[in-house]
Amino acid sequence: MTPTRRTQRPWAILALALAAALTLSACGVTRGDDGEANRRVSMYIPNSPGGGYDLTGRAAARVLEDADISGRFEVTNVIGAGGTVAMQRLLNERGVDDLVMSMGLGVVGATYTNDSSARVSDATPIARLIEDQEALIVPKDSPFKTIDDLVEAWKADPQSVTIGGGSSPGGPDHLFPMQMAKTVGIDPKQVKYIVYDGGGPLTSALLGKKIDVGTSGPSEFEGQIKDGSLRVLAVSGAERLDNIDAPTLKESGVDMTFVNWRGILAPPGISDESRDRLVEMFTEMHQTQGWKDAIKRNGWIDSFATGEEFATFLAEQDKRVETTLKELGLA
Amino acid sequence: MGNLDLLLEGFQTALTLENLFYALLGVFLGTAVGVLPGIGPAMTLALLLPITYSVGVDSALIMFAGIYYGGMYGGSTTSILLNTPGESSSVVTAIEGNKMAKKGRAAQALATAAIGSFVAGTIGTALVVLFAPPLASQVVKLGGPSNFALLLLALFAVTAVLGTSRLRGFIALFLGLAIGLVGGQTGQQRLTFGSPLLADGIDIVVVAVAIFAIGEALWVAAHLRRRPLDIIPVGQPWMSREDWGRSWKPWLRGTAFGFPFGAIPAGGAEIPTLLSYATERKLAKHPEEFGKGAIEGVAGPEAANNASAAGTLVPLLAIGLPTTATAAIMLLAIQSYGIETGPQLFTGEPELVWALLASLFIGNTLLLLLNLPLAPLWAKLLQVPRPYLYAGILFFASLGAYSVSFQPFDLGILLVIGLLGLAMRRFGLPVLPLIIGVILGPKLEDQLTTSLQISSGDISTLWSEPVAVIVYVFIAATLVFIVANGLRKPQAEPATDDKEEVSA
Repeated sequence: MTPTRRTQRPWAILALALAAALTLSACGVTRGDDGEANRRVSMYIPNSPGGGYDLTGRAAARVLEDADISGRFEVTNVIGAGGTVAMQRLLNERGVDDLVMSMGLGVVGATYTNDSSARVSDATPIARLIEDQEALIVPKDSPFKTIDDLVEAWKADPQSVTIGGGSSPGGPDHLFPMQMAKTVGIDPKQVKYIVYDGGGPLTSALLGKKIDVGTSGPSEFEGQIKDGSLRVLAVSGAERLDNIDAPTLKESGVDMTFVNWRGILAPPGISDESRDRLVEMFTEMHQTQGWKDAIKRNGWIDSFATGEEFATFLAEQDKRVETTLKELGLA
Repeated sequence: MGNLDLLLEGFQTALTLENLFYALLGVFLGTAVGVLPGIGPAMTLALLLPITYSVGVDSALIMFAGIYYGGMYGGSTTSILLNTPGESSSVVTAIEGNKMAKKGRAAQALATAAIGSFVAGTIGTALVVLFAPPLASQVVKLGGPSNFALLLLALFAVTAVLGTSRLRGFIALFLGLAIGLVGGQTGQQRLTFGSPLLADGIDIVVVAVAIFAIGEALWVAAHLRRRPLDIIPVGQPWMSREDWGRSWKPWLRGTAFGFPFGAIPAGGAEIPTLLSYATERKLAKHPEEFGKGAIEGVAGPEAANNASAAGTLVPLLAIGLPTTATAAIMLLAIQSYGIETGPQLFTGEPELVWALLASLFIGNTLLLLLNLPLAPLWAKLLQVPRPYLYAGILFFASLGAYSVSFQPFDLGILLVIGLLGLAMRRFGLPVLPLIIGVILGPKLEDQLTTSLQISSGDISTLWSEPVAVIVYVFIAATLVFIVANGLRKPQAEPATDDKEEVSA
């Protein structure tokens, strides 16, 4: 055998592996478009595969494809700076009418904490899809039995209560305790907030009693909550959650609601027609059984809104986040 | 205990033809993505999550576990052959592994990696079977202070590999720490120059690939016409008796490092691979071979790497606590079937848990059968003429850096750090300390910040946890020992390996 011959086999295997992985990373890019109704759409996802915006965005894209509402989706993860990189890129695509981006409250905060000039309110709002409540979670044998115990201790000495969350400053787990502090009359600057790298490390810190309170979406803690090793003092939304036995903040005498929402934006400067077409597309998607299943499977709460309602909401959220972060000196 | 019965039942579930197929598919895909730099098991699993809609829960989990273990194997292949580590966990393997490959011992390096991974993966899985529930309740007691102490231990251990020129070693270490500072994770934007693309820091895979692969390719290119081609000898296809003799202890020690670090919340695979490397270097009968391709330096870290993957399953299965990105996505997959994860998983879904554990044994065996015969074949890859080989390396390096976050910007970073790698070779700076700085620096800072934030700045918190105290005592004792030893024979260190690390 000649030396070149001998090398062929490993290269062939390498090529096979490469092909396998490329197919893998390219799932959902194929199938040609047939006609205007079935044209292809691109979607930016502002975080890495497996993250919240990724799950929501890909679930929506999948339902849209499966129900033949849209053509094939080309989904791209534009990773960086908590979504700021993707947000900036969306704004740069002014007038591009077959592009959408999944995003949510965390992206709003990230644009401020990263000193970016990209503002979510500059993009074209398409739809709010879902929301997640935040929960105040404590270890099993925490001295805080009710939300009143917590507020009392917190007010007496804000520094004595250590709060941990799974998002960096500007993210929902951070904004929630800050806004709650303000509501009960504590200077948000006094709040002791520890950043954990996602739900896993936060669970560990709570179970190991390294922190007093955790703020996070409750779905990641369902197992521990059912098992009794963690307790929920209150949830942040307007209504109680079905699967968690805890009052809302409002019921407990803290006059505020807070939700972590996710939705869809399009680039600025697209025509009214194009905007209406995209809104129509997601409205249709919202009515399918596939989307209802996706919501159920992921434990989300349906909070569909489009048009003026979503635009107003977006502007209001932008303002609220800016105010909170300005007070903290983070924006 | 009926654990053994349960495990046997698990084997029954896992050994159905369908599940065997998914296990095989999983290990194959895992090996493939492990080979490709940048595309790690976490990303693969995330992209495959939709499969959970159409496949049964045991099949999906069996496949996912196969991908996880397979990724750990595959990463070593490119590290050894192309000096291009695919994942941060196989960075250490590249150091000795690629040196072995250049000496014509690629087949042995690949074999010791494959067998070591098998041994470690099997022992690790057995430990999960035996100890998961009692261990898991202990690991959450480790907080920031313990993690900080363990990281300090790792940093301390690896100063042993600074090379003979302490000055150059420290220069490289501090360069690494400086690269690790980039980003806005602390809330302050540091060294980002206003670019949001730098706000998340520079990924360790990009740094490692740039320093190892790009730096070397440029170095070789710069000397291509001035140096005679050193032909890579063909060498033996299998491990010799001596290789086995030198490998088995590092495999076991690597397992001992890897498993506990996989199980603790701030662990992962990087620290145990570094610790294993440093230990093997200290204990080796032929320390002069380190930096020139010592088989112990491949066997230990590779075992540590796979044992840590097994260790990750302890908190994941026992209390529903994911300690790595890959584990987090596996958890997500389990939850998408409506299964409660958490302390009740073992009791509520015993069939699933034991089938998963059984399939890990099967997956490990499949991986060994898949990889061992391939080792001599892979090794022949190095017979490709050098210009083509380096073109291939550059291609893989760029692909890897790009697929970390799909940003063309990262290719620029890759080139800049690649030039740094070239300069370091030119001026004789060892590259390992730089990599260590990039890996450990941000972790150290993170744990220190968390600890001090919780204690409101009270520094005594750092020795408030028993594990932390034990680690500090150990470091102190070792220091005393070294100093005492140094006083007795001041010229103990032979000045041999510096030159070699230069061209690493």
